[in-house]
Amino acid sequence: MANDVAVKSFYQESTNKYSGILSWLLTKDHKRIGLMYMIAILAFFVVGVIIGLLMRLELIAPGRTIMDAQTYNTLFTLHGVIMIFLFIIPGLPAIFGNFFLPIQIGARDVAFPRLNLLSWYIYIIGAILVLVSLFLPGGPIDTGWTFYIPYSVRSTTNVSMALFAAFVLGFSSILTGLNFITTVHRLRAPGMGFFKMPLFVWATYATAWIQILATPVIALTILLVILERTFGVGIFDPALGGDPILFQHMFWIYSHPAVYIMILPAMGVVSEIIPTFSRRTIFGYKAIAMSSLAIAFVGYLVWAHHMFSSGMSDTARWIFSLLTFIVALPSGVKIFNWVATMYKGSIDPQTPFLWVMNFIFLFSIGGLTGLVLGSLATDIHLTDTYFVVAHFHYVMFGGTGTIFFAALHYWFPKMFGKMYNKKFANIAVVAYFIGFNMLYFPKFIMGYMGMPRRYYDYLPQFTIYQEISTIGSWILSGTIFFIIGYLIHALKYGKKATSNPWGGVTLEWHIPSPPPLENFETIPIVTHEPYDFSQLKEMKDE
Amino acid sequence: MNNHADSAVHQIHRDDVGAKMGMWLFLFTEVLLFGGMFLVYAVYRYQYPSQFHLAAMELNTAMGTFNTIILLTSSLTVALSIAALQNGKKILSLILLSATLLFALMFMVVKYFEWTAKISHGIYPGSPELLAKHNGQILFFGLYYVMTGLHGLHVLIGMIVIAFMIVFVARDKVTTDNYVKLENSALYWHLVDLIWIFLFPLFYLIQ
Repeated sequence: MANDVAVKSFYQESTNKYSGILSWLLTKDHKRIGLMYMIAILAFFVVGVIIGLLMRLELIAPGRTIMDAQTYNTLFTLHGVIMIFLFIIPGLPAIFGNFFLPIQIGARDVAFPRLNLLSWYIYIIGAILVLVSLFLPGGPIDTGWTFYIPYSVRSTTNVSMALFAAFVLGFSSILTGLNFITTVHRLRAPGMGFFKMPLFVWATYATAWIQILATPVIALTILLVILERTFGVGIFDPALGGDPILFQHMFWIYSHPAVYIMILPAMGVVSEIIPTFSRRTIFGYKAIAMSSLAIAFVGYLVWAHHMFSSGMSDTARWIFSLLTFIVALPSGVKIFNWVATMYKGSIDPQTPFLWVMNFIFLFSIGGLTGLVLGSLATDIHLTDTYFVVAHFHYVMFGGTGTIFFAALHYWFPKMFGKMYNKKFANIAVVAYFIGFNMLYFPKFIMGYMGMPRRYYDYLPQFTIYQEISTIGSWILSGTIFFIIGYLIHALKYGKKATSNPWGGVTLEWHIPSPPPLENFETIPIVTHEPYDFSQLKEMKDE
Repeated sequence: MNNHADSAVHQIHRDDVGAKMGMWLFLFTEVLLFGGMFLVYAVYRYQYPSQFHLAAMELNTAMGTFNTIILLTSSLTVALSIAALQNGKKILSLILLSATLLFALMFMVVKYFEWTAKISHGIYPGSPELLAKHNGQILFFGLYYVMTGLHGLHVLIGMIVIAFMIVFVARDKVTTDNYVKLENSALYWHLVDLIWIFLFPLFYLIQ
């Protein structure tokens, strides 16, 4: 069945009676919804990148360069809100989870296809609300993406509107999460036990649990801030007996697990790519699967490490510090298992694999500097400096962002049936690596020297580092536009991709590229372990 | 698990267990939403025990009790409507659903009178009368409005959902052998009820 070219792809067949754009906007097909997410998310990603570029340009020299301080404040807020709520949180689960989770477990679609489409619309409504809040009188939000009390209550900008947008986006996240959990429980193909699921499915499953467990808390917190702004209830206002620190607790009870919403699916993608290009079964399958759940669980109990300098008892601080160190263990389990998988494998260093190498390097730096911030004494020195900014970007952008590109390059031939120019792609990996480190590594140094984050201006001794960082931002964003460029070019002019260009063995490689409407002609019966490469020979014979 | 004909695009996919699982997960998120609220309540009750005690005296326990009885009864009627439909008694099921809707409406009317009575006494967030009181009392009434307001919003949503169910049952979209929608709506309604069961003692009874 693998080389059957007569099969119509999901581009040619639709779930409804419409054709053209309506067949997409009203589709219930998980693959089309995934692609619709991809278009929307990439568009916002580009907006976020451009905002980042403008901020870096402002910081190339001390004093005013291209914008005033208030504009800078709104830009760093928007950069955060767009990148976090519109790109990183939905990025991997909504695009690749939607597209590949049902295929990888041998299902025709997700459990609730209509709800899936609704989630996309809710995402779009949330995104539109963010955009509308920019242009209403009052001006764009300037509180930073963390919306800290009391400034978020006092600020005269459109905070309520932007908060409501985040509230709506949370709904989309919750609905996607419960859809995936139900899908995994109900729609696995015969023979696909829990421990035969590909690790991307495990990671997405763990993520889905965090999505439904943590998001309601932020929804409530956001609601309380909106009520506080509208009615002055007093829950976070010390003048009325309330407690502003309580806001921080409630905010981070969600927002720290949210960090794992961002990183877990990325770890799942890594666990797919490494075995495929090492031609070797994953080392420690169960350990990796369970470490996803362990991260999801322990990630719940570490939120207050964002608040070491906000006012807490010493006992609370060292307990949270200890728990933070414990979270590093399951992450370490994953890294060691990935490296062990490569050991004695026959490695085929294709583009997706090179992206994963990028990831392991950047994410390790991000993870290890996390330990620096997690220990109390050093944290006091580094709180609210560029060190935190650098750490965060190494983890989020170097981790999830890099894997976003890895996933894009890994699954591109399957999603579109076309292959991109591999030479261009390999150049992009190297340019990305150089640009990334130039952009963010100087921030570690500046942070260590005491440069505070979110500042519009800086002392002359930081100039050289700021300049390197800004030049890095040009290389990095140039690379990103280059990637988007050659991928779009490949859509039209790329060579036709075979059904299994990388020699993968998970279920998506058993079906044509691009997949047919309901993925499988007949639901497969799973007999192999997920990364059993002895199947490769029979797959070729088919 | 899946035994439909090959690639029949418009096949009717039905998985009642899956549908209910999705609903339970959704209810879980609702519990967490209110859980956050109860957490805030617990923090401030611990901080201002005597003020909370004083403020709670001002709430009308009789009205609260009446509403509790109404809401519990409505949970019974919605459960009975499922049983009626299962036994093929469509008309009875419709009557019971309408009764549920009526009880919900009564709950909201009583809530309305309670709120307006408080507001006419000058007790609402930001009012001069309330601001003159002690911090603990300000917070108590702040929480009272936020939590019962959020709950009231859920009652309203529940009423809309049940109204839809009445239409569905009447038009045979929900029938004696396909009633998972009704079951899920009832689950939601029970949750609304359950949250009230916790709100009621926390605000009206612990004095």
